[in-house]
Amino acid sequence: MAVKVSLKVNGKSVSVEVEERTLLVTVIRENLRLTGTHVGCDTAQCGACTVSMNGKAVKSCSILAMQAEGADVMTIEGVAKADGTLHAMQAAFKEHHGLQCGFCTPGMVMNAIDFAKSHPNPSEQEIREALEGNLCRCTGYHNIVKAIGAGAKAMAAGK
Amino acid sequence: MGAPLIGARVERKEDYRFLTGAGQYTDDVDLPRQAYAVFVRSPHAHAVIKKINSAKAKKSPGFVAIYTGEDFAAAKLGGLPCGWLITDVNGQPMKEPPHPCLAQGKVRYVGDQVAIVVAETSEQARDAAGLVEVDYEVLPAVVDGSRARAKGAPQLHEIAPDNTCYVWAIGDKAVTDAAFAKAAHVTKLEFINNRLVPNAMEPRVAIGSYSRSDDNYTLYVASQNPHVERLLMTAFVMGLPEHKVRVVAGDVGGGFGSKIYLYAEDVAVTWTSKQINRPVKWTSDRSEAFLTDAHGRDHHTVAEMAMDKDGKFLGMRVKTTANLGAYLSTFASCVPTILYATLLAGQYKTPVIHCEVTAVFTNTTPVDAYRGAGRPEATYVVERLVETAAREMKIDPAEIRRRNFITEFPYQTPVALQYDIGNYNATMDAVQKLADVSGYASRKKASEAKGRLRGLGYAAYIEACGIAPSAVAGALGARAGLFEAGEVRVHPTGSVTVFTGSHSHGQGHETTFAQVVADRLGMPIENVDIVHGDTSKILFGMGTYGSRSIAVGGTAIVKALDKVIAKGRKIAAHLMEAAESDVEYDRGVYTVKGTDKKKMFGEVAFAAYVPHNYPHDKLEPGLNENAFYDPANFTFPAGSYVCEVEVDPETGVVKVEKFSAVDDFGNIINPMIVEGQVHGGLTQGIGQALTEGARYDATGQLTTGSFMDYCIPRATDVPFYQVDTRVTACTHNPLGVKGCGEAGAIGAPAALMNAITDALGVKDMPMPASPQAVWTALKNKK
Repeated sequence: MAVKVSLKVNGKSVSVEVEERTLLVTVIRENLRLTGTHVGCDTAQCGACTVSMNGKAVKSCSILAMQAEGADVMTIEGVAKADGTLHAMQAAFKEHHGLQCGFCTPGMVMNAIDFAKSHPNPSEQEIREALEGNLCRCTGYHNIVKAIGAGAKAMAAGK
Repeated sequence: MGAPLIGARVERKEDYRFLTGAGQYTDDVDLPRQAYAVFVRSPHAHAVIKKINSAKAKKSPGFVAIYTGEDFAAAKLGGLPCGWLITDVNGQPMKEPPHPCLAQGKVRYVGDQVAIVVAETSEQARDAAGLVEVDYEVLPAVVDGSRARAKGAPQLHEIAPDNTCYVWAIGDKAVTDAAFAKAAHVTKLEFINNRLVPNAMEPRVAIGSYSRSDDNYTLYVASQNPHVERLLMTAFVMGLPEHKVRVVAGDVGGGFGSKIYLYAEDVAVTWTSKQINRPVKWTSDRSEAFLTDAHGRDHHTVAEMAMDKDGKFLGMRVKTTANLGAYLSTFASCVPTILYATLLAGQYKTPVIHCEVTAVFTNTTPVDAYRGAGRPEATYVVERLVETAAREMKIDPAEIRRRNFITEFPYQTPVALQYDIGNYNATMDAVQKLADVSGYASRKKASEAKGRLRGLGYAAYIEACGIAPSAVAGALGARAGLFEAGEVRVHPTGSVTVFTGSHSHGQGHETTFAQVVADRLGMPIENVDIVHGDTSKILFGMGTYGSRSIAVGGTAIVKALDKVIAKGRKIAAHLMEAAESDVEYDRGVYTVKGTDKKKMFGEVAFAAYVPHNYPHDKLEPGLNENAFYDPANFTFPAGSYVCEVEVDPETGVVKVEKFSAVDDFGNIINPMIVEGQVHGGLTQGIGQALTEGARYDATGQLTTGSFMDYCIPRATDVPFYQVDTRVTACTHNPLGVKGCGEAGAIGAPAALMNAITDALGVKDMPMPASPQAVWTALKNKK
């Protein structure tokens, strides 16, 4: 049965008609055509689909669209400034070569931004543990860990 | 003219789109009127298909179409071809059983394609596929490569008795046996190189789109080599002329080998799109990826090294059984032979080597090239033997390597390859310093004081990259050329678009290749764009695998660039009224020898497109050149790795404390990107040694079929790496480059297992060294 779901995505109010079983990630990718949010697994392990929901990083493959009724969602497309300037965390990933194929990157960045809010000067171990739910097959995490450390400091400095 | 770009840590041009969600991966492509495909797959490892009943599926909401193997046979669609012919020890061609796109009467592994079901939405396609009833007669299965030839083992293919694809050998057996007869010491190991699942983060996707109006097909596909995909699909499977098929591989989310091959799904969606006259999209989910992406490794090996009393290597004997899975994947046959046994000399002067490889079929997912492809398996054989020999002979493991290093080049190995250049002592010296090997004893004491075991292991690997001289590859059985193509299109106002047959799926070609071109043309990198991944734009290409892109694809671009600069010289000579032989060129500036006359490259380009003052009698207008480059030899990246681990004997948990890598990749274009490639390769190598391994139960069910039970390394599993490079420039390509994509995955498993066995004080233990395996090894030792 079709149900109507209304939510805010990247600051814009949207309403979509979906099946009850439809996942939030499907709404984001297929209904709203925001394809920066990726699907890398089917067991909620890889984190490529991570978005911000009501200010918290969540895996959008593990949330039914109906659960997002009234929520304020931000996807990777909403992170940079309106003029296109990269967010401090995005800039840190670029500067530290924290991405290769780019597929896990949106989820990494969304998770890292949420993490950095509560960890303005994180240790290596804290960053590695925070990446428990985000898999990358390209970088060996080395430069992602460096990028998140630098990005968190830049965010704390208000950049 | 700015600072040199070659050798600079330039931030990547492609990053902005990936960081803002603007990448265009194949699943991000949606076409008007698109329908969705889901495949009905075999739940059994080995079974006869007795009947397929699709009546219920056809009544399912949104159902569009279903096709089975019978339909494909009626349409005379060919099977998937193998691109490399191996000739066996008796001079006979390998056995090539049919590899149908949809099963014909029999399924041979869990995940084998039985039917394609198409519906209006992906959910409806899944629902309909679930309603297809297939009546199977289940047969016994064989999954273990070393049991495939056992008496009474289930037989997969009629044309391959004893499940044997080939028995192949290299080297002189009699001479090798004679070397062993006079050895002072022989070291012998028997081990399994564990089967791996590549797991690029982006699952495979294919969208077939047929246009009735011009009888053309377009296939959007996550591929590492769109032209090869097109060639195989048109000429060998569908019987179509190539000009009627366009293959587009846009942004691709990692490959590691798994996206080289022509897969059944690619053919099925392309063919089906014509039948229903609509685009057909298939997106693999991760569970399907585990079952159907070609796996890697899976060797069972017995290896021996013979030494004199001083630890000098006298000879090596290797016997390997390679499990190829149920069918021959596109390049499966060359991986455990040409890409494996030819690397068994390693960095050493071992004078005689004999290797015999038996390749077998089993009821498992097909196995093909995965990052390193044969070379990690070879390095594992050589470097585990060398380290074990050093321990047995009580010689320092670095010292035994130094006593045997090749030091004079070019060097002809006893297993067909000729190394052009290298300096193995230099990388060994550097890694020993970087790893602070001299401080190891005190770190070991500190670990012991905490009740922990500490171990240190080396690996000195070599690989053959820059694949390949086509004539050599052809003589060895390759059914394709292995050159690369490039085109440099200079625009009227001097900016440049470069078209390359290489394909970037994380390697950063859009930056590295642009650095090379902008450097030579003396222009900012922003003025150069790199285009790849579309057969309608690129003149031709063999694609990206085997760490070949900069050495072969980069050289093709340089050759095209040379032609551009040469034509520009003629134009500049005309503009400056000088003899062509007096015109000199350096990074974007043409000058006349002995004068202050000069023309900038941009002025020359403009003159080529606005040819008012132009030597029309001698030259065509325009400035656009292409080149094909076929390498003269392989390149031979090599390096030395040191791994240090700490083991908790109570739990068996291994912690990689330090990992130091010094590689010689020849000249380096972008050190930042090279380091990233090494980090990633090391992590996949550590994954093989520590956490990864595909397991099948006796009935052929993959019991490690998701990220819940197949553990690719997480951030907490790996340390910060210490990486550095030493340079001996490749002697036979103009950039002096060798390639860096696979090194880490090749060298890391041996270094790590050498460290773990050192810590535990055991001769050998199987990969992956999971806590349970380590704990068991310690328990068995006591």
